[in-house]
Amino acid sequence: MSDSRNDNSQQSSATPVIDFDKFKPTRSYTAARKRKDIAMHVLIVMAFVIACIPLISVLWTTLVNGIHRFNWDFLSHNMTNVIGGEATATNGYGGILHAIVGTLEITAGAMVISIPVGIMCSVFLTEYRQTGRLSRMIHLLVDVMSGIPSIVAGLFAFSMFAILAGPGTLNGFEGSVALSLLMIPTVVKTTEEMLMIVPNDLREASLALGVTKQRTITKVVLRTALPGIVSGSILAIARVIGETAPLLMTAGYIVSTNANLFSGQMTTLPVFVYQEYSKLRANCPVGSSASCVTTIPMERAWAAALMLILIVLVLNLIGRIIARVFAVKTK
Amino acid sequence: MGQRIDVNHLNIYYGSFLAVEDVNLNIQANKVTAFIGPSGCGKSTVLRTLDRMHEITPGARVEGEVLLEGQNLYASDVDPVAVRRDVGMVFQRPNPFPTMSIRENVLAGARLNNRKISKSDADDLVEWALRGANLWNEVKDRLDNPGIGLSGGQQQRLCIARAVAVHPQVLLMDEPCSALDPISTLAVEDLINELKNDYTIVIVTHNMQQAARIADYTAFFNLKAVGQPGHLEYFADTTTMFNNPQNEEAERYVSGRFG
Amino acid sequence: MSAPTTVAPQPSTTDASTSLTKPVNGKRADKVFKGIATVCGVLILVVLAAVAIFLLVRAWPLIGGNRKEVDATISSFTGGAATNFWAYVGPLVFGTVLVSALALIIAFFIAIGIALFISHYAPKRLAAVLSYVVDLLAAIPSVIYGLWGGIVLVPAIYPFWNWIAEHLGFIPLFAGPAANPPRTVATVAVVLAIMILPIITSISRDIFLQTPKLLQEAALGLGATKWEMIKLAVLPFGKSGIVSASMLGLGRALGETMAVLMILSPGMSYSFKLLQASQNQTIAANIAAQYPEANSLGVSVLIGTGLVLFVITFLVNFAARKITQKASVK
Repeated sequence: MSDSRNDNSQQSSATPVIDFDKFKPTRSYTAARKRKDIAMHVLIVMAFVIACIPLISVLWTTLVNGIHRFNWDFLSHNMTNVIGGEATATNGYGGILHAIVGTLEITAGAMVISIPVGIMCSVFLTEYRQTGRLSRMIHLLVDVMSGIPSIVAGLFAFSMFAILAGPGTLNGFEGSVALSLLMIPTVVKTTEEMLMIVPNDLREASLALGVTKQRTITKVVLRTALPGIVSGSILAIARVIGETAPLLMTAGYIVSTNANLFSGQMTTLPVFVYQEYSKLRANCPVGSSASCVTTIPMERAWAAALMLILIVLVLNLIGRIIARVFAVKTK
Repeated sequence: MGQRIDVNHLNIYYGSFLAVEDVNLNIQANKVTAFIGPSGCGKSTVLRTLDRMHEITPGARVEGEVLLEGQNLYASDVDPVAVRRDVGMVFQRPNPFPTMSIRENVLAGARLNNRKISKSDADDLVEWALRGANLWNEVKDRLDNPGIGLSGGQQQRLCIARAVAVHPQVLLMDEPCSALDPISTLAVEDLINELKNDYTIVIVTHNMQQAARIADYTAFFNLKAVGQPGHLEYFADTTTMFNNPQNEEAERYVSGRFG
Repeated sequence: MSAPTTVAPQPSTTDASTSLTKPVNGKRADKVFKGIATVCGVLILVVLAAVAIFLLVRAWPLIGGNRKEVDATISSFTGGAATNFWAYVGPLVFGTVLVSALALIIAFFIAIGIALFISHYAPKRLAAVLSYVVDLLAAIPSVIYGLWGGIVLVPAIYPFWNWIAEHLGFIPLFAGPAANPPRTVATVAVVLAIMILPIITSISRDIFLQTPKLLQEAALGLGATKWEMIKLAVLPFGKSGIVSASMLGLGRALGETMAVLMILSPGMSYSFKLLQASQNQTIAANIAAQYPEANSLGVSVLIGTGLVLFVITFLVNFAARKITQKASVK
């Protein structure tokens, strides 16, 4: 396009003559811009590839190393009668039954505490007290709570039980308390988000039918938001089920199966993984049988880690499917 | 049968802001009364005070009285929940409960009010309400489908059926046709004409032709300027309002020479 | 269902003129429900107060107890290297901040890159899958990252650190020789970076997706390349979001226990030698490591360090919150 070559004779004297060629980018500049664009594209794709390496590596190594000892015997036995690297009477090398029981009970305890409290708290924030100093304060503190490091949550539960139930108290419920401290803010936030997107029209429609506020909330608002709340709660569970540090100091660690949440120490899967990892290797004294495996603690750690990953992934999957399939179309 | 409503010296506030000033209005039983007026004049606000729905907005309050068949809605011993069971409301946008089927939507008022109803009673109520809303023939074969799956006009009639199923004396309608296409609007207008045999109807509308078509009485609300409280400018039977209004502002408004 | 009748059934109306003053059923449930909701709302305040009170009560011997005993406990923790609380917590704070900051530096650019990839480069289908993968990364428990870091990454990354120590060793940060096995701050920072990557990615991605179409089209309409458009429209729009996402990631890294505990060979010094072992330790990992053997007074000391950690993470999270608020006001 060469319309920059103006016909000077037709120009009135006042208008400046502009040579648009001056503003044209040089060819090398255009090429440089293009190169930069491509370079950034490559860098961005590379960032993604780099991030994929650890994820694949974590999942792959856990699968490969874990599958070796991942069998029914491992799932159905605890760690009693396991001596060094020797095989047990059932020809296994101990297992994680006690840790699965502990994980399920402690997490269930945390659920029972934090889901009702979290949901009712967000009902309070969205349905009863939307504005004002109290609600601002609660919002702020929920944010503070969600930033509490998990080890501090553990210290809190430990201190509370030490003061209220006597020093040195370790039991499963103490772990549940620590976990619920981590879980409540997640539940409050996701539920609040879900309640906010329930259209106000529905609340008005229900109230206009002469329905009381409580029934409007439980049967219309919460019902409409239910899939989102359930899925959010499941994701919150998936987050705390892998917590290790707070349980290390509150629930303790034992080798036998303890089904009583309120008394006695309990082992959970993440703690089991950590404890086996810390053992490094098992003892096979001279003269022990050929079935003695020195590397068995690491193998158990990997197998338990595989179990843990499976639980977390399945929970994530269920949460997402619920959110997707049962989503209530409001428009 | 419908009940009459008398509004005496009603002031409506949002916090300290006076939104609507000194409304005096007598709404006849079993008639259609339309509220018209420019945006922001408070016609919807007044409508919502007739079943105390304005109380949902934090800080909203009223002075004065609203008498439903002689009983003051704002007497200290009256529960807003009881008021809303007597005075039903239909909203601008159709809002069936998305989690419920057509049938459950109609029964929502009764069910959510926790009354135990037998299946046959429920069937009767559903049929009666849907027939009342001119919807029965269109949906009788798919009562268990979600209410949200109906067309806009059908949804609005479902909402009317839902309001009617609580068996109120008065039906308030807040621009019920503004989100509907012309054909659906016609269906709803026909329905309103039939419903006035059983209910007192108060309808807010932006559409003056609609008011002229369906209302027996028309109230014209106005406001002096933006930020000023709205007020009831002129109230007359519809024929007078549109043919021979005795009020200059109202005449300018209905003749389209407003503003 | 029975055959539809032609005449609509009439519900029998019990009372045509209902009394408005008749008590409404469900009124008590209404009050009880509101009461429960209020209690749960206020409970948040109570719980946080309880956290503060119980921790302070348990840490009290540190402040109001016998100074000599406390100092003796601390010196037994450190083998005499530190003799009072602040001398003890100082290197821990240093180590915590060092590891987390390093993790943030590593994670930051990669996270922004992935977020941009998902929001602006990847095809829609792929973007949805990637979002899921990022969330998956966030779901993996930290103990598994610790296990993987300790067993897989530590031996695998040694040649790389060794190469850096040989070629970049003149920079004090990378002063060699690289420890083997590299249970060092550098390795831990890599693992923590992987752990905070999903947080930063998902928040920035959401912000990038919110960039007004108009702004982007305006930039493209001027003849900008895709990268120039991102630089002109997307990044400025998402700036505060990126900063607050990084802060949240930093907060997470500061409090991370297991990965550090399982990988790092601890030390108690103010050292920047990233590639050498036994230089630093973090507060959280130190609590978990010392806790099993600590006596009552020792636990008080550890809780004291926990409070310090709480204050640091609180400040970081608070800063993140303030930045987002400021941005949303605009």
